[in-house]
Amino acid sequence: MRKNFTRKKEKAIELLMSASSLVSVLTTIGIIFVLTADSYKFFSEVSIVDFFTDKEWTPLFENKHFGILPLLSGTLLTTIIATLVAVPMGITIAVYLSEYASRRFTSIVKPILEVLAAIPTVVYGFFALQYVTPLLQKLIPGLSGFNALSPGIVMGIMIMPYITSLSEDALRAIPTSLREASYGMGANRFQTAFKVMIPAASSGIIVSVILAISRALGETMIVAIAAGQEPKLTLNPLESVETITTYIIQVSMGDVPQDSLEYRTIFAAGLVLFLFTFILNNISFWVIKRFRQQYD
Amino acid sequence: MIKRIKTNKARIKDQLFKYFAMLCTGLCLLVLALLLIDIISKGIGRINWSFFSNLPSRHFDESGIYTALIGMVSLLFLTVLIAMPIGIMAAIYLQEYGTKNRFARIVEINIANLAGVPSVIYGILGLQIFVRIAGFGNSILAGALTLALLIMPIVIVATREAIKAVPNSLREASFGMGATKWQTTRNVVIPAAWGGILTGVILSVSRAIGETAPLIVVGALVYVPFIPEGPLDQYTTLPIQIFNWTSRPQQGFITNAAAGIIVLLAFTFLLNGIAIWLRNRWNNKVKF
Amino acid sequence: MYKLESKNLNLWYGPKQALKDISMGVDANTVTAFIGPSGCGKSTFLRCFNRMNDLIPNVRITGQALIDNINIYSRNVDVYEHRKSIGMVFQKPNPFPKSIYENVAYGLHIIGENSKSIIDESVETALKQAALWNEVKDSLKKSALALSGGQQQRLCIARAIAVKPSILLMDEPASALDPLSTAKIEELIYNLKKEYSIVIVTHNMQQAGRVSDKTAFFYLGELIEYDNTSKIFTNPSKEATQNYITGRFG
Repeated sequence: MRKNFTRKKEKAIELLMSASSLVSVLTTIGIIFVLTADSYKFFSEVSIVDFFTDKEWTPLFENKHFGILPLLSGTLLTTIIATLVAVPMGITIAVYLSEYASRRFTSIVKPILEVLAAIPTVVYGFFALQYVTPLLQKLIPGLSGFNALSPGIVMGIMIMPYITSLSEDALRAIPTSLREASYGMGANRFQTAFKVMIPAASSGIIVSVILAISRALGETMIVAIAAGQEPKLTLNPLESVETITTYIIQVSMGDVPQDSLEYRTIFAAGLVLFLFTFILNNISFWVIKRFRQQYD
Repeated sequence: MIKRIKTNKARIKDQLFKYFAMLCTGLCLLVLALLLIDIISKGIGRINWSFFSNLPSRHFDESGIYTALIGMVSLLFLTVLIAMPIGIMAAIYLQEYGTKNRFARIVEINIANLAGVPSVIYGILGLQIFVRIAGFGNSILAGALTLALLIMPIVIVATREAIKAVPNSLREASFGMGATKWQTTRNVVIPAAWGGILTGVILSVSRAIGETAPLIVVGALVYVPFIPEGPLDQYTTLPIQIFNWTSRPQQGFITNAAAGIIVLLAFTFLLNGIAIWLRNRWNNKVKF
Repeated sequence: MYKLESKNLNLWYGPKQALKDISMGVDANTVTAFIGPSGCGKSTFLRCFNRMNDLIPNVRITGQALIDNINIYSRNVDVYEHRKSIGMVFQKPNPFPKSIYENVAYGLHIIGENSKSIIDESVETALKQAALWNEVKDSLKKSALALSGGQQQRLCIARAIAVKPSILLMDEPASALDPLSTAKIEELIYNLKKEYSIVIVTHNMQQAGRVSDKTAFFYLGELIEYDNTSKIFTNPSKEATQNYITGRFG
């Protein structure tokens, strides 16, 4: 009797736990379902060709255009600026911490840099709008109050700790014997770092960069606060731009009637954003799988 | 002769890189310092008792964060209540039960993917599923469910790491006494991993505390002049209040925003500090 | 009738055969030592008797392992119930990160014992039998991880015998301990023999000679020789055993 009861209880618990892990699968299915269902309705009214070729995005105006390009250019522009700031600095600091600095220095500086990753993004948005933009306006006369440059730079600082932290881990994971082999042949730190360590840790470094870019693409509050809400097809960092994420926020805060075409635009725009990050994530999985080296 | 020149060149490169790297590191620390100094200098003057106890208002000097704070704390409480049991159970399943099966592998890839989905997309999911289909409206419950899904991958990954660190010899000792899988998990594995699990949950809360975009999408209101009393009430949270103040033109609201940020950062750093303290304490206490 | 017995037992880890057609029997209230070089299968064989190998994926077993003449691999044997009747002590001390008291009481909770007085009594008896009581009786609430390695291993023995099994399986119980602690464990094994049938896997041949009544020598997954300990150590009948005993390999 008891034995049977125990066995049933064990089965029930296992079932409950597997159901819990099903929640994460359902989340993914839910995201894909929600985005595609309303996007499908959207594309039954707006031609998909127009969506990708029209150079204007004005769904909330009288004269409606549904071209995603301006939002896409805004998203890419801020992401590129962030990447240009974060990648060189992030990797440089990672190399410095793992190859040059003392362990003590690293153990103090790394956690401080990770504080940068813990700061809520709305705080960065405030910093970009209230501190960085006025500062840049002194250096670049004619810079508008909303622009791509300031949030781009701040976003770069936000994503940099991801690159530093993950790259430093990748460099640390390389066995000391490899480093010693290089030093043993008379190479100095710089040569060892750039000719031996970085190539050996390349997959980890690449993954860190991809993850950081994906984070920048999806970042919302910094650009919503400091980049403006003007969808413009431009790659000029001094102008105000609107990103996909900002647009989603803009619609959410307004009073667009539900189940209208305007309302569905956020699902179509969201789907584009989701696809971008989804592809980037899967590239990083592929890099991990394909290029991971086992040192044992 | 040639060799010497080359070595000299290499040495110069080495030195140049070193100084450049130090400059970069210094710059980052400087930015962090500037950010903190800028915000504190702008907002500290506004921090007083009435700032915490006042309702939001159209006049900046009467505006407070009372409703936002209550909203945020209730939202986080509900979020943890939902995400923690489900996340921990899922992690246990993946780590202890389904280690080899296909379902577990699919879930694993899936979780890695979810961790990379932008938070605003979770907002769209919550908007459609919880706000509209389930009919929870712009309620704390809808917001908490959305945030729970958002932090679930963090809880799961952290819990798995903590469980992974429990040495197999403890499981064997328990199985050797005739304990079942669940008895072993409940009495040995979870207690041994508890410190790590708790650290992960706290870190996930510190992530949730700053989330703004998904909550705007699921309709956390910008202006809530009342205290939410139940999970189905409307609400606002501190980051949204800050966002609202930041986009006002009047300097007084900017000051309010900075003061709100000081409070938000205090919460965030406090949670991170607790997590680090907990991790160190646990590491020192339990050495396997 | 043997207490423990195996009949034509084979075991594979995936494609690799780790135990080859092993048949042997162990009498009640004796100490039997399994010796042999690393990887010879002696630990694997030991773990067959409480089905710990079930926990390893891709393990396949044929033949029979019997305890009191019942095949423990037959379908109607409940593996958890079965393990409750056998105590196991592992190579490295593995106390749970709980109090000393909770460690010993663990098995009693597992068999469903709820009476506080019975648990208290069993904990005390087990700790006394494991020769640990005098050292810990005033600190039962302290963490087991604060004990020394030797004390931890005796605690693990106490934990195993608290539920009064009839068999005690020991997988190199002293290999991680200092000589003094080892001597204590060996003395303990000698005393426990009155109440338990003990099988001990050991690397240390002097230890096998000191504590066991019978010794089995394993090599490359096969049982080479099994006889009274005195005979194995003084006059083995197989050359491989002779070579191992005299230290020519292993």
